[in-house]
Amino acid sequence: MSTTGAKTRPPAPARPAGAVTAAAGGRQRAGRRPPLVLLVPACAAAVFALLPLGYLGVRALERGPAHAWAIVADERTLTLLARSLGLAAVVVFACLVLGISLAWLTVRTTLPGARAWSVLATLPLAVPSYVAAFTWLSAAPELAGFTGAALALTLVSFPYVYLPVAAALRGIDPAQEEAARSLGHRPAAVFRRVTLPQLRPAAAGGGLLVTLYVLSDFGAVSLMRFDTFTRAIHTSYRASFDRTPAAALSVVLVVLTVALVAAEVRTRGRAGHVRTGSGTVRPAQPVALGRLRFPALAWCGAVTAVAVAFPLGVLAYWLAVGNSATWNGSILFDTAVTTFGVAAAGAALTTLLALPVGVLSARHRGRAAHLLEQAAYAGHALPGITVALSLVFFAVRYAYPLYQQLPLLIAAYAVLFLPLAVAATRAAVLQAPPVLEDVARSLGRSPLRVLREVTVPLAAPGVAAGTALTFVVVMKELPATLLLRPTGMDTLATRLWTETGTGSFAAAAPYAATLILLAAIPSYLLGRHRS
Amino acid sequence: MRSPLTRPLAAIAAAALFVPVLTGCGSDAGDGDALVIYSGRNEKLVKPLLEKLEKAIGTEVDVRYGDSAELAAQILEEGDKTKADLFFSQDAGALGALSKDGLLAELPKGTLNKVDAAYRGSTGDWTGVSGRSRVIAYNPDRTDAAPDSVHDVVTSEWKGKVGYAPTNASFQAFVTGMRVLEGDDATREWLKGLKEVGKPYDNNLRVLDAVESGEVTLGLINHYYWYERAAEKGADKLTAKLHFLPGGDAGALVNVAGAGVLKSSDQSGPATEAVDFLLSKEAQHYFADETKEYPLINGVSPSGGVPAMDTLQAPKIDLGELDSLQETLAMLQAVGLV
Repeated sequence: MSTTGAKTRPPAPARPAGAVTAAAGGRQRAGRRPPLVLLVPACAAAVFALLPLGYLGVRALERGPAHAWAIVADERTLTLLARSLGLAAVVVFACLVLGISLAWLTVRTTLPGARAWSVLATLPLAVPSYVAAFTWLSAAPELAGFTGAALALTLVSFPYVYLPVAAALRGIDPAQEEAARSLGHRPAAVFRRVTLPQLRPAAAGGGLLVTLYVLSDFGAVSLMRFDTFTRAIHTSYRASFDRTPAAALSVVLVVLTVALVAAEVRTRGRAGHVRTGSGTVRPAQPVALGRLRFPALAWCGAVTAVAVAFPLGVLAYWLAVGNSATWNGSILFDTAVTTFGVAAAGAALTTLLALPVGVLSARHRGRAAHLLEQAAYAGHALPGITVALSLVFFAVRYAYPLYQQLPLLIAAYAVLFLPLAVAATRAAVLQAPPVLEDVARSLGRSPLRVLREVTVPLAAPGVAAGTALTFVVVMKELPATLLLRPTGMDTLATRLWTETGTGSFAAAAPYAATLILLAAIPSYLLGRHRS
Repeated sequence: MRSPLTRPLAAIAAAALFVPVLTGCGSDAGDGDALVIYSGRNEKLVKPLLEKLEKAIGTEVDVRYGDSAELAAQILEEGDKTKADLFFSQDAGALGALSKDGLLAELPKGTLNKVDAAYRGSTGDWTGVSGRSRVIAYNPDRTDAAPDSVHDVVTSEWKGKVGYAPTNASFQAFVTGMRVLEGDDATREWLKGLKEVGKPYDNNLRVLDAVESGEVTLGLINHYYWYERAAEKGADKLTAKLHFLPGGDAGALVNVAGAGVLKSSDQSGPATEAVDFLLSKEAQHYFADETKEYPLINGVSPSGGVPAMDTLQAPKIDLGELDSLQETLAMLQAVGLV
């Protein structure tokens, strides 16, 4: 592992740490060289996350660069790209509207039952995109296409925006808003001119996760018959068994991801959690909704109804009417236990790998930190099948004893979902006042001890939220699980796939319902989470 | 900074350490002298059959279920280090891909001869074990009768009323069949016509759903989807009906699901016995009764209302010629269907 990226940078301008904190508590600081104790594990995580890229390189160039270029340069590629980005844009916009409005209502107003609503606003995370798409399609087949894909994806992914924005709203020092109000600004103006700009990094981070999710999703677009990049990659594997076109197209997705991540880093810019006081946050005075609480309640109720109640209702209907509903409690229980186990292991490993990358990205601005963060994101927009095949490729060559064993499956989850945990860690570390680390360092603590005794404990709640998020998405994962699981092992998602494969929707319903209920546990904890 | 999250998540992380215990059942699979079958056929459909197979050949069997195409891609990625001894595929195309890469072993003559040469690989390294027919599903509320040829489907009369699944392997095999039967130019024209009148769906079940709901009037599918749905909902509750095309029309192609033994297998004996079992009377009756497919050996007839094989008027074609999937795909892409 080389640290040259850090070494070549000019030395930091001398500046007292306290001054930086007073000006912008959580802001990234240029300067101090990243400690090896962070850099080495972060590089390891990055190498891990870049495995799919190595594979894609090998496969895409198998028949020469000209062949790969011909596939990429096809006009169809551009069309697919436009369709994927169009879908992502619409979904991100809708998620921002839903996520920010719900976050503001539940965190900053006198909304009746705010706590319950905040749990309900995270529950849609527990609904797999293919289940959402399927339930909508079975109720309204005419939704198929762009509308249906956008609807299903929005309803399952808006919590990616809700969660960070709600956390940011809790973390913002209310003094500025109070000052603005005291100057005679009305609440709406205060929100638009003071609060919203401070939410930008959180919203942009959530938006990025939604975008990458939309780009990598196969389930919803496939059921809704809307051709996107990922669907084309699947079609290519399926129809030709030729891995070159699929790999070449996947490389385009990686390039797109890196560009998006870079754009998001730029959006962060100088924005940060500006605090005028010390490190502790004072809760803001909630905005009295008055008679507006009725439309506010209606809005929360409507979102919950379409995102949570509707899919559960359709599953209940299938259970009630289908002939194929054969309850096998013991298989259901075993599968649920296995799913819980692999999801916990996947979330634990992902968090472990994400910690150094997240801390680096929050605390050390510089090329090395940026590159490592981008590497962690690189594979996130890739379809699960591509990541799975890349791990098959590496495992049969370099880790054959692990092949089709649990450790490799857990590793695949980490590659797939590293960005979720990195984003959560980064945001959590940013909210912890760096002055405490500086004090610890000035008292002669080693970087490792500072990390262990100061940074990690301060960021723990946010990091835990990232773990819970990863836990939920691992439970829903399908394509990599199908290819990499030990022979004979099943998760709720693979059982669901088996049952729907024969059109036995009623038999699939108990698995889908269990998946949603089980994933609801961490979602519930996330919703109650107060940082 | 206390959070209700930290403690339960610490418990989850601790629980993660016990994963190998929880899922220990998986860790001993796939090694030693068990016969490993990669099954692209759905677990619900074939698990009871593969349990019978295990008894019949007297060797322990580990089955890895997945999607045919994805399993084929996985075996291609694994190369000669694959853990699979036998590949049980939902369609001939995936077997053809493995055959083309030289990953399949030649089967004994005695095994091959149980099946008509039309329903097995041209180089003798895989064989079909059950047959499926292309059909037109139609909604009798929307039309009195379905056309007798797929060529009659691509007329302005049916504009916006035809469902099909362009990414489905069976559809693509059928297009390949049409190319073999009628040539590339005629097929390209037909595909252009289909693009004009048709509505693409993700798979055959969705096509059938669309016919059922009246969203489209006609659907180009495989016969057994209708029989599966009838088992799920009750035949009397289905609106859609099936039309088996007469006169050797390209739209009546009979394709196969099949099996092949991996060249790298150290279990080639039991693997070959397994193929023989799939072609036994017992297994062939299973396909007829349970999956509503056509048995491929003499002396076993289809059941459950599926018309007898000899009443079908399938086009005469060598399935070995269906390996030009690449060209079909290129054509589908050029026309803009996939």
